[in-house]
Amino acid sequence: MAFLRAFGSYVPPRRVTNHELGPLVGADPAWILEVSGIEERRYAANEETVASLGILAAEDCLRKAGVSAQDLGMILVASGSSERFCPGPASQVAAGLGLSATPALDIPVASCGSLIGLALAAELAPKVGRVLVVGAEIMSRRVDRTPEGKDTAILFGDGAGACLVDADSGFARIADWILSTDGNAAEILKVVGERLVMDGKSVILQAYRKIPRAIGDLLARNSLAAADVGIYLLHQANLNLIERVAAGVKVPIERFFVNIARYGNTSSASMLIAADEWRAAHPGPVSAPIVFSAFGAGIQWGALLAVGAQG
Amino acid sequence: VETEARILKVLQSIKGTTLNPGADESLFESGLLDSFALTDFVGGLEDEFGITIPDSDLSARKFDTIRKVAAYVAAKAA
Repeated sequence: MAFLRAFGSYVPPRRVTNHELGPLVGADPAWILEVSGIEERRYAANEETVASLGILAAEDCLRKAGVSAQDLGMILVASGSSERFCPGPASQVAAGLGLSATPALDIPVASCGSLIGLALAAELAPKVGRVLVVGAEIMSRRVDRTPEGKDTAILFGDGAGACLVDADSGFARIADWILSTDGNAAEILKVVGERLVMDGKSVILQAYRKIPRAIGDLLARNSLAAADVGIYLLHQANLNLIERVAAGVKVPIERFFVNIARYGNTSSASMLIAADEWRAAHPGPVSAPIVFSAFGAGIQWGALLAVGAQG
Repeated sequence: VETEARILKVLQSIKGTTLNPGADESLFESGLLDSFALTDFVGGLEDEFGITIPDSDLSARKFDTIRKVAAYVAAKAA
């Protein structure tokens, strides 16, 4: 079995409000809020890297779990914005945690990478014991803060999240997951050179269909109804999309944890940052199921179900 | 022409107002459809024409103008 043991997160202190960003991209700050639900996002400092953000989130997660890095069996690091393709940030995160032999693997998938990490961790934990999943992104270096780059610049921010998946104990058990890939639509969301290129309308069209379907399929095969779920923890892509997903699965938006107003879309970090904030606000035993879901580059999407540890 | 009129009806029901875009006018560049209105538009087309638009066709450029949408709907209905 595999359990969710703890979450962690780190966001850089630098806040970039819509009032600061709007004039750079030629957009009204109120319009940015209306189309995205984002009020501000965080930007990493020049000296920070994807790995350094990931290390801070990892340390926060391990501290909350009361687990030493030496006790990890594996590390999975998701990022679509790493400074270097190969080697990616996973080995640096492991080294930053003081590890020199623990396997650390990259998942270079923007937005959906941490969901993929959780699904893989659920399968690997019984073999290796404890798997630390990290999502870390510096998306601010992948967008153009000009009128030409408006559609992406308004959305993205920087940050990192982490989750410790433990074979033996935790507050919720990972019960099932669904992952899907459709490379036929790979061109709608990609990093070209150093820039994120996104056909935003096609991304929304695809995500609006695929996320509710993945959630519905996952719940159905576990004999659960959407209303049975206590909390939905989604990739924080856009508030309007999350609201439409909520409508699509026919549950009130209040069942969805939302923090996009403060951090923007932090790609593969966002779901774990949201999970960390949700868990901090709800530290007790978990009785109702938890559903994670994400959609991202590839295109990749899916959903993961966790239930009370005794369930 | 009838198909285009029905497409326009779907568009108007989403926007809640009378619209009259040209057949080749970009619904995106004109501001008539944003990302989220587009999802409603696609769903509305399915309902209006009794068709199922598969995920493989969920590309925004297929739905950019009334003429493109009419050609798509005609092909689906054929």
